[in-house]
Amino acid sequence: MSEPGANGDYILEARGLRKSFGDLEVLKGVDFRVRSGELVFVIGPSGSGKSTLLRCFNRLEEPSAGSVVVHGVDLMARSTDINAMRRRIGMVFQSFNLYPHLRVRSNVTLALRRVLRKPRVEADRIAEAALARVGLADKADAYPSELSGGQQQRVAIARALALEPQLVLFDEPTSALDPELVGSVLTVMRDLRAAGMTMVVVSHEMRFAREAADRVVFMDDGCIVEEGSPEEIFERPRSPRLREFVAEVTR
Amino acid sequence: MDLLVETFFNLAIMREALPLLLRGVLTTLALCAVVIPLGFAGGLVLAVLGTTRSRWKRFLLACWIDFFRAVPPLVLLIFVHSGLPFAGIELTAFAAVAVAFLLNNSAYYAEIVRAGIESIGRGQREAARSTGLTATQTLTWVVLPQAVRNVLPDLLSNTIEVVKLTSIASVVALPELLYAADMARSVTYNASPIVLAAGFYLLLLWPVVRLLSRLEHRIAG
Ligand SMILES: Nc1ncnc2c1ncn2[C@@H]1O[C@H](COP(=O)(O)OP(=O)(O)OP(=O)(O)O)[C@@H](O)[C@H]1O
Ligand SMILES: [Mg+2]
Repeated sequence: MSEPGANGDYILEARGLRKSFGDLEVLKGVDFRVRSGELVFVIGPSGSGKSTLLRCFNRLEEPSAGSVVVHGVDLMARSTDINAMRRRIGMVFQSFNLYPHLRVRSNVTLALRRVLRKPRVEADRIAEAALARVGLADKADAYPSELSGGQQQRVAIARALALEPQLVLFDEPTSALDPELVGSVLTVMRDLRAAGMTMVVVSHEMRFAREAADRVVFMDDGCIVEEGSPEEIFERPRSPRLREFVAEVTR
Repeated sequence: MDLLVETFFNLAIMREALPLLLRGVLTTLALCAVVIPLGFAGGLVLAVLGTTRSRWKRFLLACWIDFFRAVPPLVLLIFVHSGLPFAGIELTAFAAVAVAFLLNNSAYYAEIVRAGIESIGRGQREAARSTGLTATQTLTWVVLPQAVRNVLPDLLSNTIEVVKLTSIASVVALPELLYAADMARSVTYNASPIVLAAGFYLLLLWPVVRLLSRLEHRIAG
């Protein structure tokens, strides 16, 4: 057992993560650490377990074995209030998952009001600040269906930010977007990074990875095969599988 | 022709039967006001209980729902009204109707709400849980509002069926609209009160039917 504080450097520390769906082992013992303020990129072929890994970090997926420690709190411990921890771990999904029956403002305030029990006025103020951060202050009264994909994804980011998370997980945030809308979401993510937000990003935006990532992790077949700086991963890949993958995605 | 008008559209008899039928309308409305919210609430509860992970609980619930959907409501009503007294449970006619309808309607509403819940993608639940909502909060604020909205036309058409079905309360001598009309018919030996009752049902249900077809149109279009 590590004592509290000993891993204070790391916002997220996962050890020996395993996950099986029936007979299919999707994660085969993954160690993963993220320092405060780091932007870690996770890349890898389809089906390699990237989403599953990310979803273990807030226990949307229940790991079969291993530990996840976020901000010194063991997520797997019985005594841990997982709902309280999830508020500190933002998550942004490929398909946005905004609540279609609620206006943009209420999408952002739902957890503030129903979980944190903040009064409406205060929750609205927080929501408007979060929406301003993603450049959508003027869309608070719209319904999600009235927004473009890029705008919807930025609302989803604002929904996560409103809870002041210590860490935000992004699962292919731009994969469902038309190419011309990708930029607006990446701009928001760049701003977040500049503001010191800790982020784990699963994405196929290799240009963004080169430019913004502190570290790139390459996964294949449920294992981390290689990790390093963007230059190391993209310019000097060591393992054949990564070389193949890089050649394919940069073609 | 005259005989037809005399028998079915006799205005004098209709006028005479009107007070009785109006009281019947009020009883029918009172019945609806109890039976519809109760049945819908019961259906919500059953549907929510049905989201449990426990397989045998789901099985028991499915049995309960299937049973009350399969039993003809008339049989159920007669059983509740004249069977339960043998078990020492004496109910007024109104209470018997309310109980029988609760058992029957809630099973139907439950099936509709369940379909609504199943129409909500996993992503909605996951987004809510990822912001710290509990399972119950997620159901209350994210899943159910959308689920109910998605099946609103089915809920409405079931409600129309429920309103029509209140006429079976006449078998336990609850003086709702049809009972009142039939009483007037048997006193006057004339079918006009029944026609008048049909008119009242139409008046009651027509706006709901309109609303329903507008909803269905909106969803289709
Ligand atoms: N709920 C589930 N039940 C069964 N199998 C699953 C489930 N979720 C994921 N899998 C399987 O686990 C494997 C890894 O899936 P995962 O979504 O983590 O991959 P990924 O790296 O995110 O892929 P992609 O790039 O396509 O998103 C796949 O083979 C997938 O079919
Ligand atoms: Mg994935």
